[in-house]
Amino acid sequence: MDKLKCECGHVNPEGTVLCESCGKPVEENQHIDGNDQSKLLNMRYDGTARRSQTYNRSIVDKTWNFFSSVKVGVWLIVIALLASGLGTIYPQEMYIPAEAENRDPAIFYEDWYGLTGKIYYQLGLHNLYSSWWYMILIALIGISLVICSIDRFVPLYRALKNQRPKRHSIFLSRQRLFSETKTVTDKEMNHFITNLKKQRYKIVNENGNILAEKNRFSRWGPYVNHIGLIIVLLAALLRMTPFLFLDDYVWVREGEQKVIPGTHGDYYIENKRFLLELYDENDERFQAAMEKKGEIVHKNYQTDAIIYKVKNEGVVGSEPELEKVIESSIQMNKPLKFDGYTLYQSGYQQNEFSNMTFKVYRTDDENQNSLGEVTIDLTSPEKTYELDNGIRLQVSQYYPDYVLENGEPRSVSKFPRNPAFVFNLFPPDSSEAEISFVGIGKNIDAMGENEYKLGIVDFNMHYVSGLTVRRDYTLPFFIVGAAIFMIGVIQGMYWQHRRIWVNPNGEGIMLAAHTNKNWFGLKKDIEKAIANTNIHMVIDQEEIEKEIEKDKDKA
Amino acid sequence: MDNLLSISSTALYIAFIVYLIATVFFGASIRDKRTSTKKGISGSIAIGLTIIGFIAQLTYFITRWIVGGHAPVSNMFEFVTFLGMSLVLAFIIIYFIYRLTALGLFALPISMIIIAYASVFPSDISPLVPSLQSHWLFIHVITVSLSQGVLAVSFVAGLIYLIKTVDQSVISLKSIGLELILIALIFLVGFAASSIGFQLNDYHAEIQYHEPNYEKFKDEPKANIKPEEIEVYKMPAIVGPKDGVMLTENKMEPLISIPGWMKGKDAPRKLNTVVWSVFSGLIIYGVILLLIRKRLGAWIQPFLKNVNKNVVDEITYRSVAIGFPLFTLGGLIFAAIWAQIAWDRFWGWDPKEVWALITWFFYAAFLHLRLSRGWHGEKSSWLAVVGFAIIMFNIIVVNLVLAGLHSYA
Repeated sequence: MDKLKCECGHVNPEGTVLCESCGKPVEENQHIDGNDQSKLLNMRYDGTARRSQTYNRSIVDKTWNFFSSVKVGVWLIVIALLASGLGTIYPQEMYIPAEAENRDPAIFYEDWYGLTGKIYYQLGLHNLYSSWWYMILIALIGISLVICSIDRFVPLYRALKNQRPKRHSIFLSRQRLFSETKTVTDKEMNHFITNLKKQRYKIVNENGNILAEKNRFSRWGPYVNHIGLIIVLLAALLRMTPFLFLDDYVWVREGEQKVIPGTHGDYYIENKRFLLELYDENDERFQAAMEKKGEIVHKNYQTDAIIYKVKNEGVVGSEPELEKVIESSIQMNKPLKFDGYTLYQSGYQQNEFSNMTFKVYRTDDENQNSLGEVTIDLTSPEKTYELDNGIRLQVSQYYPDYVLENGEPRSVSKFPRNPAFVFNLFPPDSSEAEISFVGIGKNIDAMGENEYKLGIVDFNMHYVSGLTVRRDYTLPFFIVGAAIFMIGVIQGMYWQHRRIWVNPNGEGIMLAAHTNKNWFGLKKDIEKAIANTNIHMVIDQEEIEKEIEKDKDKA
Repeated sequence: MDNLLSISSTALYIAFIVYLIATVFFGASIRDKRTSTKKGISGSIAIGLTIIGFIAQLTYFITRWIVGGHAPVSNMFEFVTFLGMSLVLAFIIIYFIYRLTALGLFALPISMIIIAYASVFPSDISPLVPSLQSHWLFIHVITVSLSQGVLAVSFVAGLIYLIKTVDQSVISLKSIGLELILIALIFLVGFAASSIGFQLNDYHAEIQYHEPNYEKFKDEPKANIKPEEIEVYKMPAIVGPKDGVMLTENKMEPLISIPGWMKGKDAPRKLNTVVWSVFSGLIIYGVILLLIRKRLGAWIQPFLKNVNKNVVDEITYRSVAIGFPLFTLGGLIFAAIWAQIAWDRFWGWDPKEVWALITWFFYAAFLHLRLSRGWHGEKSSWLAVVGFAIIMFNIIVVNLVLAGLHSYA
């Protein structure tokens, strides 16, 4: 790498525009920041050698230069913005409404939205946010963040570290804020410096050359907030690993005890009770709203649960010994946490029967007088039931979730949502069975010559509570990333880096100043500091230039 | 309780009226011959009234909170009203920094349009569904709303900048674009005016129509589909469903039926509302044109002669500089924390979430373009206007048309 030695003795890296130490413009590099075209120096990044502005030969250089451009960064943001909007035209696949007649995406989009829906589906926009191209887009933004930051941070850091109070006169006179005073007494200088100190400027004095600086830390704000964003993006990447992120779902019926999925069989949950509370219809606060809506509003979903941990890792197949970990209720907005896992109340169903009570009556009895009743536990029916009057009921077939498919009876699931039975009914003192089929709204006598009939007298239903099981070790990364981002934004946005240079020039001084934003504030600082001295106030050379241009236009 | 509730609604009504009067005084202050740095008496009265109006609206907010038992930001009426209030608060703060009366002349009417828009939604206090029962309701919503209020000030400043600087002597892309923005604001007025008008008349018409998907789905086992559906109209139906039959007597028959490709839920009714807003907006705009006999932008321009455009540009930037971090905090970070607690995931690509991200992306681009590429003045102002359009899109279109988990209207 070619080093550039300045007349002040400082050795600058190749591509430097303004000497890191004294600020003297490096002759051959003035085109880089456009200084050759204007009277004032471009002070962005302090005229340091940025890789992206220095090399453009190899493919690596070209890639680096591409991503380090703010223009490219903004374009990527705009593309991501438009793409994200595209995905909200119709619901994403996971948000296809429950009331849809058919939730198969291949059918849903066309049926609900017509041709545009079909195109939406065919372009894969129904899964946009997990599509490869959207991920690549976000990744490109991530790369741009990293390269932009490194390209600027490293040289800027070097320049601010190597800067000396003694500046080249060209540097000073080509600052936006500049003034020259012919004679300044020591007393006036001391007064000036004391006042700057009062305004919390840090003063560096080198043989009478003075640099007053404050809030340098605000220059790091953009890089800090970019680091925060990069951490968030990395956390999102980590979240894709099953080790750090667990997402599972479990349905537990009331009274049931069940292993919690995703915990390697280490934990069990018992659902003691599920509670669905409603708002009081007569609550005067909400009466008007509920009447208008025409429905009672739900107030609370709650599962009272006990969590157990398996104590013995014992023999396979043997009943595990359980130890109670916690007994608590899980509500929406109040998830239950234990040993790194979190359980969320996220659904419920009330479509399962817990038990059913049947009665037996004579087929020819018009009043259907009961000859005996039996209650069957639908989660674990027994093989046979003895009725009071000597009738014996044998469960021949049990379909918890009955359907008739191609003329064949079948159970769609093992859950008692639509229970149906085939009973062998043995009349008192008889070994000859009558076959009866009983279900909800069905009572079929296969042969048509049964003496007894069965009817449903009563039933109970129970709730099934749906709980999400989560273990997410990536959350702290997101929190840290977001916090760093906020700190960085505030750090960079609400403070300004201000520098004032005062170099002796014969009997007098040259005074110049620079800030990255809020020039008005900087001018005020200087005005205050030079009050009651003969030091000339700095002139805003940019505003003067603008006025001259205006006058030219008028002429 | 009823007493307190009526105090609450009266306070909101008073706030609206006071804002209206304050606007008149802001208008008077701007016609003062003096320059914008020397404040006339009317300027002081105007800001005083604004503060009184704000206190009235704060009274509405607090009393409603007491009656309902939860922060009144839980449905569309409450949220949008609060947005109007946030805009006024942000304006008051910015006013005391920059003392620019012209800002009030635009901020208050826009705030009033927002409040009028809110009153279109049912204003009854609604009970909180389980997912909303959390302290994060007010932490999240209030921060978001405040940030949007501050960002709305940047829109107001941007709009002032554009009206002041865009050359009105020629018909250009810029002057037409600016006029369209003003017309869009008038459409919002039209929407509020027509909805409130028909609401006061209790307009109610039911139209029965044939469910287009019935034949296809009637045999699906899960389908809960009826051959005939009924659409309830709260405004006279200009656009009706396909082959609709009017059930209510003595009501206007639909003039046209909805085009076949628009199939969304309640599409005919929604399109009808849009047509009414445009229709009544155009009438209002037409009347204005007849009175002023030039483009609205061209008419306002001379009033802003004394406004210092650099100060206006500074306000645009400052509001984004305050609004952007606040929005990040409320709209993304607090939102994510609550979503994690309530819905077990901090991010789920729900339309509202996506549009919050889009808003964030947009203002991030705004700041990069301004700080890094030197987009000041006019460019910056156009961006501020677009940013506000995105915010309004997220409140209006996402809630009413795209509707996801956040549709609590």
